[in-house]
Amino acid sequence: MRYHAEVTIELKSGMLDPEGTTIKRALEHLGYQTERVSTAKKYMIELDAESADVATQKVDEMCQKLIANPIIHNYTIELEESK
Amino acid sequence: MKIAIIQFGGSNCDLDVLHVLQDVVGVDAELVWYKEENLNQYDGAIIPGGFSYGDYLRAGAIAARTPIMDAVKKMASEGKPVMGICNGFQILAESGLLDGALTTNKYPKFRCESTYLKVENTDTPFTSRFKKGEIVSIPIAHMEGNFYADENTLARLNENEQVVFRYADINGNVTDDVNPNGSQENIAGIVNANAKRNVIGLMPHPERASEAILRSNDGIKMFQSMVDHISKK
Repeated sequence: MRYHAEVTIELKSGMLDPEGTTIKRALEHLGYQTERVSTAKKYMIELDAESADVATQKVDEMCQKLIANPIIHNYTIELEESK
Repeated sequence: MKIAIIQFGGSNCDLDVLHVLQDVVGVDAELVWYKEENLNQYDGAIIPGGFSYGDYLRAGAIAARTPIMDAVKKMASEGKPVMGICNGFQILAESGLLDGALTTNKYPKFRCESTYLKVENTDTPFTSRFKKGEIVSIPIAHMEGNFYADENTLARLNENEQVVFRYADINGNVTDDVNPNGSQENIAGIVNANAKRNVIGLMPHPERASEAILRSNDGIKMFQSMVDHISKK
């Protein structure tokens, strides 16, 4: 079965997000007041696996070994069958 | 004695380090392309600055997972000295050889300027030629140099005297005003937890401050200390 996983990587709460802060400031220049702007990265991964559980486990390993840095990041995985 | 300078696609301070080692310090050194998997013939290694793999994913993340890094880890485990400068520090942190992570500067801008550093620990293979508390001038050039570690790690780094350099003013005051990137406690360079302290990472560029014509030659003491350390064995 082929699966489509979307991995979202965010900075852990409490960490500085200079890019988000800069975007917030730029929005203020345009007249938009916001409470907070934070950034995240999304990775789309297509993979084959026997089941959704196995696919999720594989993607989780990928996150731990490479895609996220556990010192500074939290991540979430959303998985569905490829269309 | 021979020192390896590890070259990744996107390294760009490799030739500067080679020049300083060969022509200024006067030691045998050579560039080693990242596909090499065996570094047994070398007595130490330097991972130079640059933008390995275009800083894709995170600065240093891809380079940290190349096969040559297994060879660098082997060197480190054998007690041989390993120095990571700028992107080299990012690579060592990403590879787990050093604690913490280097994140985007607090003001997200590429900063290329002179900085003063306070030498906090001279009992390492890289800082024996400095005096404890000495203020040295070594420039930075980075956008992801904001050192971050969780509370426990930070406490251990301090307790274990693993912090080697902090950003300071010319009088040695370690303040927010002279912190160029938002690093916790102005940390500019650290060593590993091992008692040998044989792995160092720092964001400033000692190779850009190794000749008087470059306005500072404070940086050369790092390379000389490393050579002293290897010679003593």
